[in-house]
Amino acid sequence: MEISGTAALVTGASRGLGEALALELGLRGARVVLVGRSRLTLEPVVRRIVEQGGEAFALEADLGKKADVYPLAGAASALVGPIELLIHNASELGPTPLRLLLDTECEDLEHVLAVNLLGPFRLSKVIAGSMALRKKGTIVHVSSDASVNAYERWGAYSVSKAALDHLARVWAAELGDHGVRSFSVDPGEMDTRMHADALPDADPTTLARPPDVARQIVRLIRSETTPNGARLEVSREEPAS
Amino acid sequence: MRARSAPRAEPNRERLLVIDPELDSQADFSITDLPDFLERGDALILNDAATLPASLRAAVDLELRLLSLLDDGTWLALSFGEGDARMPTELRGKPRELWAGSRLDFGSGLSARVVAVDRASPRLLRIAFEQTGSLLWQALYRAASPIQYAYIERPLSLWDVQNAYSARPWAFELPSAGKPLRFETLFRIEARGVNIAHVTHAAGISSTGDPELDQRLPLTERYEIGESSAALVNQTKLAGGRVIAVGTSVTRALEAASESGSVRAGRESTSLLLGPGSRLRSCDALLTGLHEPGTSHYALLEAFAPRALLDRSFRHAERAGYEQHEFGDSCLILRGALRATPKAPSGTRLAA
Repeated sequence: MEISGTAALVTGASRGLGEALALELGLRGARVVLVGRSRLTLEPVVRRIVEQGGEAFALEADLGKKADVYPLAGAASALVGPIELLIHNASELGPTPLRLLLDTECEDLEHVLAVNLLGPFRLSKVIAGSMALRKKGTIVHVSSDASVNAYERWGAYSVSKAALDHLARVWAAELGDHGVRSFSVDPGEMDTRMHADALPDADPTTLARPPDVARQIVRLIRSETTPNGARLEVSREEPAS
Repeated sequence: MRARSAPRAEPNRERLLVIDPELDSQADFSITDLPDFLERGDALILNDAATLPASLRAAVDLELRLLSLLDDGTWLALSFGEGDARMPTELRGKPRELWAGSRLDFGSGLSARVVAVDRASPRLLRIAFEQTGSLLWQALYRAASPIQYAYIERPLSLWDVQNAYSARPWAFELPSAGKPLRFETLFRIEARGVNIAHVTHAAGISSTGDPELDQRLPLTERYEIGESSAALVNQTKLAGGRVIAVGTSVTRALEAASESGSVRAGRESTSLLLGPGSRLRSCDALLTGLHEPGTSHYALLEAFAPRALLDRSFRHAERAGYEQHEFGDSCLILRGALRATPKAPSGTRLAA
């Protein structure tokens, strides 16, 4: 899809990969709505986009809350028009240090599923209808290799991401014939605060930089040959374009 | 007719009263039968406006309901006095007097100044919010609630008042004709070779509680018709297909945009009032909710079918237990709908 002029919404856009995706889209001419829990942390990213001639807006929302979804979708489309590119990037690890499933509280799993799975479902539900009506739209689900590998202590996060991958496939199966693309992308291990929260001992120099990963994800979004419903992996070896 | 008192958990249960002006008769069906009445080459036009939370409270005895957004960024609003937002509007207390310059604080970071007060009706105000951009929209969604109805048994949330395909929040009340349309039904309609397109129309409020002001409804409402939707309607007409408007708001937008012939794309405003004797240039048929005789909605139906048939159909619907208003049953007015064909719908036919 063409990025320039596209109305895009990125969740979890105040830092890490979300920030990098919003910047990459904003600099390529998309009208971007950045979503996060606090306007305070979103505004500096918005300013960077606007200072470089882009169009961006900050909206606060708690994606784990059903009541926040229509206000977010409504305000976003009032600001940039009907959303054509929706990126579910916001994620919740659950309590850190990460813990065994037997030590995971039921409420912690519920909260992780609310943010990582129910939030994307609800937001897609209220936005993808207008995409199907227009026969145009792309939904990107940011996944993790924990969605396909069972690692000790990553239980809550990894089941939410496995379900998110499948959510991406089912949207593609149901809406693919109606002009809506949906896929999930595993960004690999990145030098982000979330990674540091999960694995505090990791060496940051071995990790990918979010802007490089964001460029590759945007390339997948732009490509007409990205298979609908696919689970894609960002390869670290690939040169950024 | 009984008012439907709650949103439906299962919209497919909704009934569909089919009125055929050609056969001068009506019959009972289910909303899931709708695709069977449409044919290859027809066009179904939806209003994709999402519903704004349009009810704001500035004080215990002062509620403002947004009516329309004007080109200069100010809003028309109507004040209501003491009373619950779900009280019948005519029973509400007299709102406090406001004048140009009055400041209104709605909480949640939203505030406005009154720019002008209508001379004939001081309840009708033009206001300017003091916030702009994302701060305005975020605060508006925090401070406001959807407009409530006296006959609905519990407060409506934003989730209750959206159509499945809604996008930009332009409507002040739910464009309710589209409410029973689930994607299952829309995709079946498309699979029959029917084209589905949309306009965006800022559907306004249906009653003010003031008979004098009600006479001025509908107020000027903005609408937008995209190039592809305009082209689809015009091509459908040229090729002999039928254009089915979903709701009175779509009818008003398409007819206002085709006053000089074919539909023109663009963003305009209209206060076009349609009724008996109106010549329809674009719309051949209407899918809508059921509303009482005497309302402006009912008068618009008379552009599609003669009064006698409508009255007879309405009485039948009342006897048959149909429910009216935003979350009630539907009605399709379509010439030739009840002609016997090999692919006759599966519903239960009742004699007219």
